Amino acid sequence: MATRSMQSGPDREEPDRPIAEIPLAEIDVSRPSLFQSDKVGAFFERLRREDPVHYCSESAFGPYWSITRYNDIMAVDTNHKLFSSEAKLGGIAIQDMHNDATNLELEMFIAMDQPKHDAQRKAVTPAVAPSNLLLLEPVIRERAGAILDSLPVGEEIDWVKSVSVELTTMTLATLFDFPWDERAKLTRWSDVTTAIPGSGIVESNEQRREELIECAMYFKGLWDQRVDRSEGSDLITMMANSPATREMPFLEFLGNLLLLIVGGNDTTRNSISGGVIALNQNPDQYEKLRQHPSLIGSMVPEIIRWQTPLTHMRRTALADSEIGGKRIAKGDKVVMWYLSGNRDETVIERPEEFIIDRKNPRQHLSFGYGIHRCMGNRLAELQLRIIWEEIHKRFRLVEMVGEPERLLSNLVRGITRLPVKLHAH
Amino acid sequence: MVKVTFVAHDGRRFPVEIEPGMTAREAALFNEVPGIDGDCGGQCACATCHVHVDPAWIDRVGRLADDSMEADLLQFAEGTTTESRLACQIKLDDRLDGLVLRVPEQQY
Repeated sequence: MATRSMQSGPDREEPDRPIAEIPLAEIDVSRPSLFQSDKVGAFFERLRREDPVHYCSESAFGPYWSITRYNDIMAVDTNHKLFSSEAKLGGIAIQDMHNDATNLELEMFIAMDQPKHDAQRKAVTPAVAPSNLLLLEPVIRERAGAILDSLPVGEEIDWVKSVSVELTTMTLATLFDFPWDERAKLTRWSDVTTAIPGSGIVESNEQRREELIECAMYFKGLWDQRVDRSEGSDLITMMANSPATREMPFLEFLGNLLLLIVGGNDTTRNSISGGVIALNQNPDQYEKLRQHPSLIGSMVPEIIRWQTPLTHMRRTALADSEIGGKRIAKGDKVVMWYLSGNRDETVIERPEEFIIDRKNPRQHLSFGYGIHRCMGNRLAELQLRIIWEEIHKRFRLVEMVGEPERLLSNLVRGITRLPVKLHAH
Repeated sequence: MVKVTFVAHDGRRFPVEIEPGMTAREAALFNEVPGIDGDCGGQCACATCHVHVDPAWIDRVGRLADDSMEADLLQFAEGTTTESRLACQIKLDDRLDGLVLRVPEQQY
Protein backbone atom coordinates (compact mmCIF):
# COMPACT_ATOMS: atom_id res chain seq x y z
CA MET A 1 0.00 0.00 0.00
CA ALA A 2 2.69 2.49 -0.93
CA THR A 3 1.99 5.84 -2.43
CA ARG A 4 2.13 4.69 -6.02
CA SER A 5 0.82 1.25 -5.35
CA MET A 6 -2.48 2.58 -4.07
CA GLN A 7 -3.06 4.88 -6.99
CA SER A 8 -4.91 4.22 -10.10
CA GLY A 9 -3.29 5.12 -13.36
CA PRO A 10 -4.59 6.77 -16.47
CA ASP A 11 -7.66 5.30 -18.06
CA ARG A 12 -8.26 4.38 -21.68
CA GLU A 13 -11.44 5.38 -23.42
CA GLU A 14 -13.65 2.37 -23.88
CA PRO A 15 -16.16 2.40 -26.71
CA ASP A 16 -19.63 1.57 -25.49
CA ARG A 17 -20.28 -2.02 -26.57
CA PRO A 18 -21.91 -5.00 -24.89
CA ILE A 19 -19.52 -6.90 -22.65
CA ALA A 20 -20.36 -10.22 -24.32
CA GLU A 21 -19.07 -8.87 -27.65
CA ILE A 22 -15.64 -7.82 -26.43
CA PRO A 23 -12.99 -10.39 -27.42
CA LEU A 24 -11.58 -12.00 -24.27
CA ALA A 25 -8.07 -10.89 -25.12
CA GLU A 26 -9.17 -7.27 -25.08
CA ILE A 27 -10.76 -7.34 -21.64
CA ASP A 28 -8.88 -5.11 -19.22
CA VAL A 29 -10.50 -5.02 -15.78
CA SER A 30 -7.84 -2.70 -14.36
CA ARG A 31 -9.42 0.46 -15.76
CA PRO A 32 -10.27 2.66 -12.75
CA SER A 33 -13.38 4.08 -14.46
CA LEU A 34 -14.96 0.60 -14.36
CA PHE A 35 -14.84 0.75 -10.58
CA GLN A 36 -16.03 4.34 -10.34
CA SER A 37 -19.09 3.50 -12.45
CA ASP A 38 -19.44 0.20 -10.51
CA LYS A 39 -19.68 -1.69 -13.81
CA VAL A 40 -16.69 -3.98 -13.32
CA GLY A 41 -18.82 -6.79 -11.87
CA ALA A 42 -20.18 -7.81 -15.27
CA PHE A 43 -16.62 -8.16 -16.61
CA PHE A 44 -15.61 -10.33 -13.67
CA GLU A 45 -18.74 -12.43 -14.12
CA ARG A 46 -17.74 -13.15 -17.72
CA LEU A 47 -14.12 -13.93 -16.81
CA ARG A 48 -15.13 -16.32 -14.02
CA ARG A 49 -17.29 -18.18 -16.52
CA GLU A 50 -15.16 -18.13 -19.67
CA ASP A 51 -11.56 -17.50 -18.69
CA PRO A 52 -11.09 -17.50 -14.91
CA VAL A 53 -7.31 -17.11 -15.07
CA HIS A 54 -7.10 -14.37 -17.65
CA TYR A 55 -4.09 -12.72 -19.25
CA CYS A 56 -4.25 -9.06 -20.21
CA SER A 57 -1.23 -8.32 -22.39
CA GLU A 58 -1.62 -4.59 -22.51
CA SER A 59 -2.86 -2.18 -19.87
CA ALA A 60 -1.92 1.10 -18.25
CA PHE A 61 -0.21 -1.05 -15.62
CA GLY A 62 1.57 -3.39 -18.01
CA PRO A 63 0.68 -7.03 -18.66
CA TYR A 64 -0.98 -8.92 -15.81
CA TRP A 65 -2.89 -12.06 -14.92
CA SER A 66 -6.36 -11.77 -13.41
CA ILE A 67 -7.29 -14.49 -10.92
CA THR A 68 -11.06 -14.31 -10.61
CA ARG A 69 -12.28 -17.48 -8.88
CA TYR A 70 -12.42 -17.94 -5.11
CA ASN A 71 -10.39 -21.14 -4.91
CA ASP A 72 -7.65 -19.98 -7.29
CA ILE A 73 -7.31 -16.77 -5.28
CA MET A 74 -7.03 -18.80 -2.08
CA ALA A 75 -4.31 -20.95 -3.68
CA VAL A 76 -2.22 -17.92 -4.66
CA ASP A 77 -2.77 -16.06 -1.39
CA THR A 78 -1.60 -19.01 0.71
CA ASN A 79 1.48 -19.72 -1.40
CA HIS A 80 3.75 -16.92 -0.23
CA LYS A 81 6.87 -18.87 -1.05
CA LEU A 82 5.98 -18.86 -4.75
CA PHE A 83 4.04 -15.60 -5.03
CA SER A 84 5.99 -12.67 -3.64
CA SER A 85 4.78 -9.40 -2.09
CA GLU A 86 8.22 -7.77 -2.27
CA ALA A 87 8.11 -4.06 -3.08
CA LYS A 88 11.21 -4.25 -5.27
CA LEU A 89 9.45 -6.76 -7.52
CA GLY A 90 6.42 -4.50 -7.76
CA GLY A 91 4.72 -5.00 -4.43
CA ILE A 92 1.11 -5.72 -3.59
CA ALA A 93 -1.03 -3.76 -6.04
CA ILE A 94 -1.44 -3.78 -9.80
CA GLN A 95 0.34 -0.43 -9.94
CA ASP A 96 4.03 -1.19 -9.33
CA MET A 97 5.71 0.35 -6.32
CA HIS A 98 9.05 2.10 -6.69
CA ASN A 99 8.49 2.91 -10.35
CA ASP A 100 8.51 6.67 -10.36
CA ALA A 101 11.40 8.97 -9.53
CA THR A 102 9.07 11.57 -8.05
CA ASN A 103 7.86 9.11 -5.47
CA LEU A 104 9.20 8.03 -2.12
CA GLU A 105 10.50 4.46 -2.07
CA LEU A 106 8.48 3.52 0.95
CA GLU A 107 8.92 0.19 2.63
CA MET A 108 6.20 -1.55 4.60
CA PHE A 109 5.78 -5.07 5.87
CA ILE A 110 2.75 -5.84 3.73
CA ALA A 111 5.13 -5.50 0.77
CA MET A 112 7.86 -7.70 2.21
CA ASP A 113 8.47 -11.44 2.17
CA GLN A 114 9.68 -13.63 5.02
CA PRO A 115 11.55 -13.30 7.31
CA LYS A 116 11.52 -9.50 7.58
CA HIS A 117 7.75 -9.35 7.13
CA ASP A 118 7.20 -11.67 10.07
CA ALA A 119 9.37 -9.74 12.53
CA GLN A 120 7.81 -6.37 11.72
CA ARG A 121 4.26 -7.64 11.69
CA LYS A 122 4.76 -9.31 15.05
CA ALA A 123 5.91 -6.01 16.52
CA VAL A 124 2.62 -4.21 15.83
CA THR A 125 0.09 -7.06 15.98
CA PRO A 126 -0.56 -6.73 19.75
CA ALA A 127 -2.22 -3.33 19.16
CA VAL A 128 -5.12 -5.03 17.39
CA ALA A 129 -5.09 -8.38 19.20
CA PRO A 130 -8.29 -9.49 20.99
CA SER A 131 -7.13 -8.50 24.48
CA ASN A 132 -6.41 -4.94 23.35
CA LEU A 133 -9.72 -4.75 21.49
CA LEU A 134 -11.55 -5.49 24.74
CA LEU A 135 -10.02 -2.30 26.13
CA LEU A 136 -10.89 -0.33 23.01
CA GLU A 137 -14.52 -1.38 22.76
CA PRO A 138 -16.04 1.00 25.35
CA VAL A 139 -14.03 3.91 23.97
CA ILE A 140 -15.17 3.26 20.39
CA ARG A 141 -18.76 2.77 21.55
CA GLU A 142 -18.84 6.05 23.43
CA ARG A 143 -17.41 7.91 20.45
CA ALA A 144 -19.75 6.23 17.99
CA GLY A 145 -22.70 7.20 20.18
CA ALA A 146 -21.52 10.81 20.35
CA ILE A 147 -21.20 11.00 16.56
CA LEU A 148 -24.72 9.62 16.03
CA ASP A 149 -26.23 11.85 18.73
CA SER A 150 -24.89 14.93 16.94
CA LEU A 151 -26.71 14.16 13.68
CA PRO A 152 -29.93 15.94 12.65
CA VAL A 153 -33.01 13.76 12.09
CA GLY A 154 -35.02 14.25 8.90
CA GLU A 155 -32.46 16.40 7.07
CA GLU A 156 -30.24 15.32 4.20
CA ILE A 157 -26.66 14.68 5.33
CA ASP A 158 -23.60 13.06 3.77
CA TRP A 159 -23.13 9.76 5.65
CA VAL A 160 -19.53 9.40 4.44
CA LYS A 161 -18.40 12.71 5.89
CA SER A 162 -20.61 12.74 8.98
CA VAL A 163 -20.22 9.14 10.15
CA SER A 164 -17.85 6.87 8.20
CA VAL A 165 -14.90 9.26 8.15
CA GLU A 166 -15.50 10.51 11.70
CA LEU A 167 -15.67 7.09 13.34
CA THR A 168 -12.66 5.57 11.58
CA THR A 169 -10.57 8.66 12.21
CA MET A 170 -11.42 8.61 15.90
CA THR A 171 -10.53 4.93 16.15
CA LEU A 172 -7.25 5.48 14.38
CA ALA A 173 -6.40 8.40 16.65
CA THR A 174 -7.10 6.11 19.61
CA LEU A 175 -4.84 3.35 18.26
CA PHE A 176 -1.97 5.78 17.72
CA ASP A 177 -2.79 7.78 20.87
CA PHE A 178 -2.67 10.70 18.43
CA PRO A 179 -3.22 14.30 19.60
CA TRP A 180 -7.02 14.45 19.59
CA ASP A 181 -7.57 17.93 18.20
CA GLU A 182 -5.32 17.23 15.25
CA ARG A 183 -6.83 13.89 14.27
CA ALA A 184 -8.12 15.24 10.93
CA LYS A 185 -4.48 15.08 9.81
CA LEU A 186 -4.75 11.28 9.86
CA THR A 187 -7.64 11.31 7.40
CA ARG A 188 -5.77 13.73 5.18
CA TRP A 189 -2.62 11.58 5.13
CA SER A 190 -4.66 8.48 4.43
CA ASP A 191 -6.39 10.16 1.49
CA VAL A 192 -3.13 11.61 0.17
CA THR A 193 -1.48 8.20 0.24
CA THR A 194 -4.03 6.69 -2.11
CA ALA A 195 -4.92 9.69 -4.29
CA ILE A 196 -4.37 10.16 -8.00
CA PRO A 197 -2.81 13.53 -8.95
CA GLY A 198 -5.55 15.78 -10.27
CA SER A 199 -8.32 13.84 -8.52
CA GLY A 200 -9.08 16.77 -6.27
CA ILE A 201 -7.04 15.48 -3.33
CA VAL A 202 -3.50 16.25 -4.55
CA GLU A 203 -2.45 18.14 -7.65
CA SER A 204 0.89 16.45 -8.26
CA ASN A 205 3.25 13.75 -7.06
CA GLU A 206 5.49 16.50 -5.68
CA GLN A 207 2.66 17.72 -3.48
CA ARG A 208 2.08 14.19 -2.23
CA ARG A 209 5.73 13.74 -1.47
CA GLU A 210 5.82 16.95 0.57
CA GLU A 211 2.72 16.10 2.56
CA LEU A 212 3.92 12.59 3.33
CA ILE A 213 7.26 13.89 4.54
CA GLU A 214 5.33 16.27 6.77
CA CYS A 215 3.45 13.22 8.07
CA ALA A 216 6.70 11.44 8.79
CA MET A 217 8.14 14.42 10.65
CA TYR A 218 5.01 14.73 12.76
CA PHE A 219 5.18 11.07 13.74
CA LYS A 220 8.91 11.33 14.36
CA GLY A 221 8.04 13.95 17.00
CA LEU A 222 5.60 11.57 18.70
CA TRP A 223 8.11 8.72 18.42
CA ASP A 224 10.83 10.73 20.13
CA GLN A 225 8.47 11.47 23.04
CA ARG A 226 7.56 7.82 23.42
CA VAL A 227 10.80 5.96 22.79
CA ASP A 228 11.94 4.26 26.00
CA ARG A 229 8.52 4.85 27.50
CA SER A 230 7.76 1.61 29.29
CA GLU A 231 3.97 1.92 29.28
CA GLY A 232 1.52 2.36 26.47
CA SER A 233 -0.21 -0.03 24.12
CA ASP A 234 -0.49 2.45 21.25
CA LEU A 235 1.11 1.62 17.92
CA ILE A 236 3.82 4.27 18.12
CA THR A 237 5.02 3.20 21.55
CA MET A 238 5.02 -0.42 20.35
CA MET A 239 7.05 0.35 17.25
CA ALA A 240 9.45 2.60 19.15
CA ASN A 241 10.16 -0.07 21.73
CA SER A 242 10.26 -3.31 19.74
CA PRO A 243 13.68 -4.59 18.66
CA ALA A 244 12.16 -5.47 15.26
CA THR A 245 11.04 -1.94 14.50
CA ARG A 246 12.91 0.56 16.67
CA GLU A 247 15.90 0.92 14.35
CA MET A 248 13.86 1.20 11.18
CA PRO A 249 15.26 3.36 8.40
CA PHE A 250 13.24 6.50 7.66
CA LEU A 251 11.36 5.24 4.58
CA GLU A 252 10.49 2.02 6.34
CA PHE A 253 9.20 3.97 9.34
CA LEU A 254 7.05 6.15 7.09
CA GLY A 255 5.92 3.21 4.98
CA ASN A 256 4.74 1.16 7.94
CA LEU A 257 2.95 4.16 9.43
CA LEU A 258 1.08 4.79 6.20
CA LEU A 259 0.25 1.10 5.98
CA LEU A 260 -1.39 1.23 9.41
CA ILE A 261 -3.13 4.53 8.65
CA VAL A 262 -4.55 3.44 5.29
CA GLY A 263 -5.22 -0.10 6.47
CA GLY A 264 -7.27 1.16 9.39
CA ASN A 265 -9.00 4.00 7.66
CA ASP A 266 -10.12 3.75 4.04
CA THR A 267 -11.23 0.18 4.32
CA THR A 268 -13.50 0.39 7.35
CA ARG A 269 -14.76 3.79 6.24
CA ASN A 270 -16.04 2.29 3.01
CA SER A 271 -17.56 -0.71 4.74
CA ILE A 272 -19.49 1.61 7.06
CA SER A 273 -20.85 3.42 4.00
CA GLY A 274 -21.33 0.21 2.02
CA GLY A 275 -23.54 -1.30 4.72
CA VAL A 276 -26.01 1.58 4.39
CA ILE A 277 -26.16 1.09 0.61
CA ALA A 278 -26.59 -2.68 0.95
CA LEU A 279 -29.46 -2.39 3.44
CA ASN A 280 -31.23 0.26 1.34
CA GLN A 281 -30.95 -1.87 -1.79
CA ASN A 282 -32.27 -4.88 0.14
CA PRO A 283 -35.17 -3.56 2.23
CA ASP A 284 -36.24 -7.09 3.20
CA GLN A 285 -32.86 -7.52 4.89
CA TYR A 286 -33.23 -4.15 6.62
CA GLU A 287 -36.61 -5.28 7.94
CA LYS A 288 -35.08 -8.56 9.12
CA LEU A 289 -32.40 -6.58 10.94
CA ARG A 290 -34.99 -4.40 12.68
CA GLN A 291 -36.86 -7.53 13.81
CA HIS A 292 -33.71 -9.39 14.86
CA PRO A 293 -30.94 -6.99 15.87
CA SER A 294 -28.91 -9.94 17.16
CA LEU A 295 -28.14 -10.62 13.48
CA ILE A 296 -25.70 -7.68 13.51
CA GLY A 297 -22.99 -10.21 14.39
CA SER A 298 -23.44 -12.11 11.13
CA MET A 299 -24.36 -9.02 9.11
CA VAL A 300 -20.98 -7.44 9.75
CA PRO A 301 -18.87 -10.00 7.85
CA GLU A 302 -21.55 -10.01 5.12
CA ILE A 303 -21.12 -6.24 4.74
CA ILE A 304 -17.36 -6.75 4.44
CA ARG A 305 -17.85 -9.43 1.77
CA TRP A 306 -20.44 -7.43 -0.12
CA GLN A 307 -18.39 -4.22 -0.07
CA THR A 308 -14.93 -5.81 -0.55
CA PRO A 309 -13.15 -2.56 0.41
CA LEU A 310 -9.92 -3.55 -1.36
CA THR A 311 -10.71 -4.88 -4.82
CA HIS A 312 -7.46 -6.81 -5.19
CA MET A 313 -3.99 -7.65 -3.99
CA ARG A 314 -1.16 -8.43 -6.35
CA ARG A 315 1.77 -10.86 -6.23
CA THR A 316 4.79 -11.52 -8.43
CA ALA A 317 5.61 -15.11 -9.43
CA LEU A 318 9.06 -16.16 -8.20
CA ALA A 319 9.17 -19.22 -10.48
CA ASP A 320 7.27 -20.77 -13.37
CA SER A 321 4.04 -22.28 -12.15
CA GLU A 322 0.47 -23.14 -13.06
CA ILE A 323 -2.83 -21.70 -11.87
CA GLY A 324 -6.13 -23.11 -13.11
CA GLY A 325 -4.40 -24.81 -16.03
CA LYS A 326 -2.60 -21.65 -17.22
CA ARG A 327 1.17 -21.37 -17.28
CA ILE A 328 2.44 -18.47 -15.21
CA ALA A 329 6.03 -17.45 -15.93
CA LYS A 330 8.59 -16.33 -13.39
CA GLY A 331 8.28 -12.56 -12.96
CA ASP A 332 4.63 -12.36 -14.05
CA LYS A 333 2.26 -10.01 -12.28
CA VAL A 334 -0.61 -11.95 -10.69
CA VAL A 335 -3.67 -10.00 -9.55
CA MET A 336 -6.08 -11.66 -7.11
CA TRP A 337 -9.42 -9.93 -7.62
CA TYR A 338 -11.05 -10.34 -4.22
CA LEU A 339 -14.09 -8.45 -5.51
CA SER A 340 -14.60 -11.20 -8.09
CA GLY A 341 -13.85 -14.13 -5.77
CA ASN A 342 -16.41 -12.77 -3.32
CA ARG A 343 -19.04 -13.13 -6.08
CA ASP A 344 -17.99 -16.65 -7.11
CA GLU A 345 -21.22 -18.61 -7.37
CA THR A 346 -19.40 -21.95 -7.13
CA VAL A 347 -18.31 -21.19 -3.55
CA ILE A 348 -20.77 -18.61 -2.20
CA GLU A 349 -24.46 -19.27 -2.47
CA ARG A 350 -26.43 -16.47 -4.19
CA PRO A 351 -23.33 -14.28 -4.10
CA GLU A 352 -24.95 -11.22 -5.70
CA GLU A 353 -27.41 -11.01 -2.85
CA PHE A 354 -26.84 -9.29 0.47
CA ILE A 355 -28.05 -11.76 3.12
CA ILE A 356 -27.52 -10.82 6.75
CA ASP A 357 -27.93 -14.33 8.14
CA ARG A 358 -25.63 -16.37 5.93
CA LYS A 359 -24.43 -19.67 7.33
CA ASN A 360 -20.68 -19.06 7.05
CA PRO A 361 -20.49 -15.29 6.73
CA ARG A 362 -16.77 -15.05 7.48
CA GLN A 363 -15.90 -17.24 4.54
CA HIS A 364 -14.98 -14.37 2.22
CA LEU A 365 -11.80 -13.02 0.67
CA SER A 366 -11.95 -9.37 1.75
CA PHE A 367 -9.21 -9.77 4.38
CA GLY A 368 -7.05 -11.99 2.21
CA TYR A 369 -5.63 -15.26 3.52
CA GLY A 370 -2.21 -16.54 4.52
CA ILE A 371 0.57 -14.61 6.20
CA HIS A 372 -0.53 -11.24 4.79
CA ARG A 373 -4.13 -11.62 5.97
CA CYS A 374 -5.47 -8.34 7.29
CA MET A 375 -4.16 -7.92 10.82
CA GLY A 376 -6.91 -5.45 11.73
CA ASN A 377 -9.77 -7.73 10.72
CA ARG A 378 -11.25 -8.10 14.21
CA LEU A 379 -10.97 -4.35 14.82
CA ALA A 380 -12.77 -3.67 11.54
CA GLU A 381 -15.56 -6.04 12.59
CA LEU A 382 -15.69 -4.46 16.03
CA GLN A 383 -16.16 -0.96 14.63
CA LEU A 384 -18.90 -2.11 12.28
CA ARG A 385 -20.67 -4.06 15.00
CA ILE A 386 -20.62 -1.11 17.38
CA ILE A 387 -21.84 1.43 14.84
CA TRP A 388 -24.78 -0.77 13.81
CA GLU A 389 -25.68 -1.52 17.42
CA GLU A 390 -25.67 2.19 18.21
CA ILE A 391 -27.60 3.05 15.03
CA HIS A 392 -30.24 0.50 16.00
CA LYS A 393 -30.69 2.14 19.42
CA ARG A 394 -31.34 5.54 17.84
CA PHE A 395 -32.78 5.29 14.35
CA ARG A 396 -35.48 3.22 12.68
CA LEU A 397 -34.02 3.87 9.25
CA VAL A 398 -30.96 5.37 7.62
CA GLU A 399 -32.57 6.18 4.30
CA MET A 400 -30.45 6.62 1.20
CA VAL A 401 -31.92 9.64 -0.60
CA GLY A 402 -29.61 9.87 -3.61
CA GLU A 403 -27.12 7.84 -5.60
CA PRO A 404 -23.74 7.21 -3.95
CA GLU A 405 -20.63 8.67 -5.56
CA ARG A 406 -17.66 6.36 -5.99
CA LEU A 407 -13.90 6.77 -6.00
CA LEU A 408 -11.85 6.62 -9.21
CA SER A 409 -9.57 3.76 -8.16
CA ASN A 410 -8.99 0.17 -9.14
CA LEU A 411 -7.80 -0.74 -5.64
CA VAL A 412 -9.81 1.09 -2.99
CA ARG A 413 -13.52 0.39 -3.51
CA GLY A 414 -14.43 3.76 -2.14
CA ILE A 415 -17.66 5.65 -1.61
CA THR A 416 -16.98 9.38 -1.57
CA ARG A 417 -20.50 10.67 -0.95
CA LEU A 418 -23.69 9.09 0.31
CA PRO A 419 -26.74 11.31 0.88
CA VAL A 420 -29.02 9.96 3.61
CA LYS A 421 -31.89 11.03 5.85
CA LEU A 422 -32.25 9.67 9.37
CA HIS A 423 -35.60 8.51 10.73
CA ALA A 424 -36.16 8.19 14.46
CA HIS A 425 -37.97 5.22 16.01
CA MET B 1 -16.42 -42.52 16.59
CA VAL B 2 -13.63 -40.46 18.12
CA LYS B 3 -14.29 -38.61 21.38
CA VAL B 4 -12.81 -35.12 21.78
CA THR B 5 -13.29 -32.77 24.71
CA PHE B 6 -12.92 -29.02 24.15
CA VAL B 7 -12.27 -27.00 27.31
CA ALA B 8 -13.38 -23.38 27.01
CA HIS B 9 -11.42 -20.49 28.46
CA ASP B 10 -13.85 -20.29 31.39
CA GLY B 11 -13.42 -23.99 32.16
CA ARG B 12 -16.65 -25.30 30.63
CA ARG B 13 -16.17 -28.69 28.99
CA PHE B 14 -17.68 -29.67 25.64
CA PRO B 15 -17.37 -33.42 24.99
CA VAL B 16 -18.17 -34.27 21.35
CA GLU B 17 -17.95 -37.27 19.07
CA ILE B 18 -17.05 -37.35 15.41
CA GLU B 19 -16.20 -39.84 12.71
CA PRO B 20 -12.56 -40.74 12.21
CA GLY B 21 -10.96 -38.81 9.34
CA MET B 22 -12.54 -35.50 10.27
CA THR B 23 -10.51 -32.69 11.82
CA ALA B 24 -10.70 -31.14 15.27
CA ARG B 25 -11.96 -27.94 13.64
CA GLU B 26 -14.89 -29.82 12.16
CA ALA B 27 -15.50 -31.59 15.47
CA ALA B 28 -15.89 -28.16 17.09
CA LEU B 29 -17.92 -26.43 14.38
CA PHE B 30 -20.29 -29.31 13.64
CA ASN B 31 -21.09 -29.52 17.37
CA GLU B 32 -21.32 -25.77 17.92
CA VAL B 33 -18.46 -25.62 20.39
CA PRO B 34 -17.93 -21.90 21.07
CA GLY B 35 -14.60 -20.19 20.52
CA ILE B 36 -13.45 -21.86 17.29
CA ASP B 37 -14.06 -19.49 14.38
CA GLY B 38 -12.37 -21.28 11.47
CA ASP B 39 -12.87 -18.38 9.06
CA CYS B 40 -11.00 -19.84 6.09
CA GLY B 41 -12.98 -23.04 5.82
CA GLY B 42 -10.28 -25.37 7.14
CA GLN B 43 -7.55 -24.65 4.63
CA CYS B 44 -4.80 -23.60 7.05
CA ALA B 45 -5.03 -20.01 5.86
CA CYS B 46 -6.25 -17.85 8.74
CA ALA B 47 -5.30 -19.16 12.21
CA THR B 48 -8.77 -18.66 13.74
CA CYS B 49 -9.06 -22.27 14.97
CA HIS B 50 -6.16 -22.01 17.39
CA VAL B 51 -6.19 -24.57 20.23
CA HIS B 52 -3.84 -25.59 23.01
CA VAL B 53 -3.39 -29.34 22.99
CA ASP B 54 -3.52 -30.81 26.50
CA PRO B 55 0.11 -31.57 27.45
CA ALA B 56 -0.76 -35.25 28.00
CA TRP B 57 -1.77 -35.48 24.33
CA ILE B 58 0.74 -33.26 22.57
CA ASP B 59 3.19 -36.01 21.66
CA ARG B 60 0.48 -38.13 20.09
CA VAL B 61 -0.98 -35.14 18.19
CA GLY B 62 2.48 -33.90 17.27
CA ARG B 63 3.98 -30.48 17.80
CA LEU B 64 3.92 -27.65 15.33
CA ALA B 65 6.37 -28.33 12.48
CA ASP B 66 8.96 -25.62 11.85
CA ASP B 67 8.71 -23.90 8.51
CA SER B 68 5.13 -25.04 7.94
CA MET B 69 2.25 -22.82 6.86
CA GLU B 70 0.66 -23.59 10.20
CA ALA B 71 3.71 -22.22 12.04
CA ASP B 72 3.87 -19.20 9.73
CA LEU B 73 0.29 -18.31 10.65
CA LEU B 74 0.38 -19.14 14.36
CA GLN B 75 3.29 -16.80 14.99
CA PHE B 76 0.83 -13.88 14.71
CA ALA B 77 -1.83 -15.39 16.99
CA GLU B 78 -2.32 -14.21 20.55
CA GLY B 79 -1.34 -16.35 23.53
CA THR B 80 0.47 -19.17 21.74
CA THR B 81 2.35 -21.83 23.70
CA THR B 82 4.51 -24.82 22.80
CA GLU B 83 1.27 -26.84 22.71
CA SER B 84 -0.45 -24.53 20.19
CA ARG B 85 -1.88 -26.03 17.00
CA LEU B 86 -4.53 -25.18 14.45
CA ALA B 87 -7.53 -27.45 14.91
CA CYS B 88 -7.95 -27.76 11.12
CA GLN B 89 -4.59 -29.51 10.98
CA ILE B 90 -5.43 -32.13 13.63
CA LYS B 91 -6.89 -35.12 11.83
CA LEU B 92 -8.79 -37.36 14.20
CA ASP B 93 -8.36 -41.12 14.29
CA ASP B 94 -8.67 -43.90 16.87
CA ARG B 95 -5.25 -43.07 18.29
CA LEU B 96 -6.64 -39.69 19.36
CA ASP B 97 -9.81 -41.05 20.97
CA GLY B 98 -10.23 -39.09 24.24
CA LEU B 99 -8.24 -36.06 23.05
CA VAL B 100 -8.46 -32.87 25.16
CA LEU B 101 -8.08 -29.45 23.50
CA ARG B 102 -8.19 -26.09 25.23
CA VAL B 103 -9.80 -23.15 23.44
CA PRO B 104 -8.15 -19.73 23.87
CA GLU B 105 -10.16 -16.72 25.06
CA GLN B 106 -10.58 -15.32 21.55
CA GLN B 107 -9.51 -16.16 18.02
CA TYR B 108 -7.64 -13.66 15.95
